[in-house]
This record gives sequence, C-alpha cells and structure tokens, in this order.
Amino acid sequence: MTRHLIGRVLVPGSAEGRALVSRHPLSFWGGFNPRTGEIVDRRHECSGQIVTGRVFVLPAGKGSSTGSASLLEGIRLGTAPAAILLLKTDPILALGSIVADELYGRSVPILVLPEDGFHSLKDGDRLAIARDGGLTVSSPDTV
Amino acid sequence: MTIRLTDRDRQMLDGRSGEGTRLAMSIIVRMAEVCGAEELLDVTQAHIDGCGFLSDASLEFAETLASGGARVSIPSTLNMGPLDLQNWRAFGVPEDFAARAIRQARAYTDMGCIPTWTCAPYQGYLTPRFGQQIAWGESNAVVYANSVLGARTERYGDYIDICAAITGRVPRQGLHLKENRRGQLLVRLVDFGLGRLREETFWPAFGHFLGVAAATDRIPVIEGLPPDATDDQLKALGAAAASSGAVALFHAVGLTPEAPTAADAFQGGRPEETIEVRSGDLDAAAADLSTADEGASLDVVLLGCPHFSFAEFRQLAEQVRLAPGKSRCQFIVITSTQAHALLERSGLPAPLTDFGVRITLDTCMFHTPMVAPGTRVVMTNSGKCAYYAPGELGVKVAFGSLADCVRSAVEGRVRREGRR
Repeated sequence: MTRHLIGRVLVPGSAEGRALVSRHPLSFWGGFNPRTGEIVDRRHECSGQIVTGRVFVLPAGKGSSTGSASLLEGIRLGTAPAAILLLKTDPILALGSIVADELYGRSVPILVLPEDGFHSLKDGDRLAIARDGGLTVSSPDTV
Repeated sequence: MTIRLTDRDRQMLDGRSGEGTRLAMSIIVRMAEVCGAEELLDVTQAHIDGCGFLSDASLEFAETLASGGARVSIPSTLNMGPLDLQNWRAFGVPEDFAARAIRQARAYTDMGCIPTWTCAPYQGYLTPRFGQQIAWGESNAVVYANSVLGARTERYGDYIDICAAITGRVPRQGLHLKENRRGQLLVRLVDFGLGRLREETFWPAFGHFLGVAAATDRIPVIEGLPPDATDDQLKALGAAAASSGAVALFHAVGLTPEAPTAADAFQGGRPEETIEVRSGDLDAAAADLSTADEGASLDVVLLGCPHFSFAEFRQLAEQVRLAPGKSRCQFIVITSTQAHALLERSGLPAPLTDFGVRITLDTCMFHTPMVAPGTRVVMTNSGKCAYYAPGELGVKVAFGSLADCVRSAVEGRVRREGRR
C-alpha cells in the first residue's frame, strides 16, 4: 500500500530509506555517535540501533545544543540518517544539516510532518522524500 | 518565504563584508527561514558553545570563518573547550587531539572571542542583564540566562552561536519575544518539608524530573521552591532539566524575575496542565540518574558539571575536612580559570590536593579524552553528568550528594547515605 504525505521543509533534499521510528525525543550529542551511527542514549528506546541510511522519525530533538555538531560530523563521515522527519521544528538539527550544506554541499533533508501523518509512520516503512516536502510511504505487507 | 533584511544585513549576505561574514549571515538567514521568522533582531552579547566539541567538521568550520576574515561584532564569551589548555599533558590527552584542539581554540580567539572557556559563564565574566537580547549556546547556560537572569535567548546550537556573534543578528522569534516566554505548565511541589528542600540532591533530581515532565520544550512554572535558593542550586536544577528535556526557560514563583506571582509567569493565561510533584517522584528521578549498584567499586568521582563555582569548592573543602581518610579513586573537579583564581587566593587548595582532588580547567569530561580507558564506574553530584555519562563515556554512573561522593571516594566504593 502506498500513501502520500506533505511535510514542511526545514532543510530541502531528496532521500529514500526505511523508517526508524522513535516515540521520544533524542539529544544527538550524547545520544548519537557520529563515528558509528549508533543511538547511544542508554535510556532511549532506540538505544543500540544504527540510524545510518534510515529515515529517522522522531518528535523532536532535546538536550544538548551540541546536537548540531554531532549531526554535522555524522554527515561528513556518512553515518547520518538518510533523512529526518519531525513533529515540530527543531532548530538544532536543522542547523547541523544547513552547516553541512554550506561547508560540504551535502545535507540531510529534514521535514516537519502534520500530527496524523507523523503518527501513521511505522518502523520499517519504505519512505521516499522529495525536495518539495512530498513524502511517499510504502508499508511492508500488512496482515 | 522571504525575510525582511536591512541594508546592513544584505551587505553581509552579499559578501561585501568578507567571505567569513557572508557564510555566517547565510546560516542566520537560512535558520530564520527554518524558524518561520520574518526578520532579524539585534543581540548585544554572545556565548559560544561551538568551540567545545572537537571534530574534523567543527575545526574546519571555525577555520573557514576565521580565515574568511570573520570577527565578532559583540562581546562573545567562550564555552568550555576540548582541552585543559595548560595541563592537558597531565591528563594523558593524546598529542594529535591536543594539536587540533589548540588550532580550534585559536580560530575562536582570532575571531575576537573572550577566552573564558567555561560552561557557567553566568558565574564569571559579563553576566547578561534582565531583558537583554543575547545569543547563547550551551543548554545549561541558556536555561540559566533565560530563567534566573531574565535575559532573552533561544536555545542556540553549536555554529549558529558564532554566526550570531559575527553578525550581531538572530531570527526574531522564540524566547526573544515576551509573548513566547509565557508559562505553559504548572509544576507544584506538594508534600515537601523544608528538610527535603535543603538536601543537595533535591535540585538535580528535581531538574531531571522537570525535563521529562515538560516533554520537549513546554515552559514550566514551578510553585513551592524556597525563596532563598542559591545560584548553584538553580544551576544544578537547570542543567539537569536541559539534559533530560529541552527546557530553555522555567519560571519559579517568588524566585525568578519574570515570576513575582504565578499570574505574572502565565502572563494572565491559564496553565495547559498542572503536575503535582511528591517526594516519591524525586526518589524515582534520583534512582533513574544512577546505573551503578550500591557498593560497586568506584573508579572516579567527577564534579563540576557545570563548572564548579568558588562556593562549591568551599562546600567540597568542608566535606574533605570531615572525611576520615583520603580518596582511594581518581577525584576530578572541573572548573573555570575565574573560579580557580579565587580558589588559589583562598587557602583551600592544599587540603583538597592532600585529599586527592585533581583540578582541571577550561574543559569538560565529555569533550576531552581525560577519563582513563577501562574506567567502569563514575560517581557525580551532577544530574547532567549522570544523565550523559553512560552514553558518552560508556561507564556506569552513581548519582549522589557531594558528601556521598567524598564518602564513596574514601571507601573506594559507591556508598550513599540511607542506602544499602
């Protein structure tokens, strides 16, 4: 089954990947290891998961303002998520991606989704993000 | 959406003020679009967080700005750096890390930043005024500046902070505007006796609770804090709340400047939600901050997250004076050169050194490789340190009071009062 959603673009770009869905916010500094792409916040539901190449779906960032630096370094090293989908604007994550674009011409697309669309996403959904904020969702076979 | 820019903004954005300034202004304008701001506003002070974390990207960013001729246009203090600039060799920091950290530090000082190197700038040099528009990075400094001082800043991340310092401009939005500083969540302390409020662990444990309860960034209004709370207690509260949550501003009725009354804090509106906090909630929060078992063999005590103040050194000296022996584990205190200068003139350093305290300046346990490899169990009185240590240092952590930290150091095992 394929569906379409529209998000508000914080950082434009196109990307594809499988969804990694978190119901809780994450601080990228202290929570994401840019050398390995692992979620290292041991209190977080996604602890131990690798976000590299995934579309990371989380309500917002939190905590450290060094989150931008962790995301920037992850983009430089190629360990960052393929895209980030949020429920609310997160300037710290957007900034990491914008600085990566300015410095390296590479960025992670970041969108803010409407609430019902955000909550409809499931772990493992195949997502395609377009530059204009369009999002195509293909759910794996549903029973 | 287009942002309304002044002629001077355009001059910076067009590159007429140099390439470094152009890069800074481009990032400010793109961030204004992200935030939905329609124009920029002037800020008159900055605190730079981006100087603290060392990666190839962070070094490249700083050197790109500095070599592009960018200079700060407003007084700009620096957060802790990735190195104790004087004593790094004594902490076993690798040479290549140090060389790159020194290059990064130089890029920021070359741009005209003030080398304060502290994450507690509000206890040192250039404390902002009530109502002053500022651009501060470092989550604990942001929450302190907004809440305790009543200055106005957004939660600026690494990199936009130096861009704001260079351009003197930020997006006109968020906590810079009075209407966005209105309380949203009422947090009422109910069955707390004065004794509990006097306990040192109350502040970080309550901060940890508050960060989770506020769920991302709702502005909490707290009723029931004692009116004689100290700067250090509010520092501990804010730092913990900005770690477990995204709290950038809290109001405490009768204590913080925008909350003489609850009605002031809510700006005449009503709370979206009311939460009642009982002492059991704080026991749970304190327990959540510990991952090490009682009695576990202790490798290192880490204090000074945020940087230890002179008053905190005095409290530590008192605990050390009462201690029945010396520390059997590493005992590290992190502070600023400003607090350290006072310490040096006080007569306290000798007993602290004698106990086994090692003081490190300018840096952070999470940003410099100073905790020895193989370290398994860390103890701290900081909610922020306890929150981040398991993920950042790969250790187990015990959270306790300063007295617990000193007692445990003497025994070489985690020993907290009232626990078995």
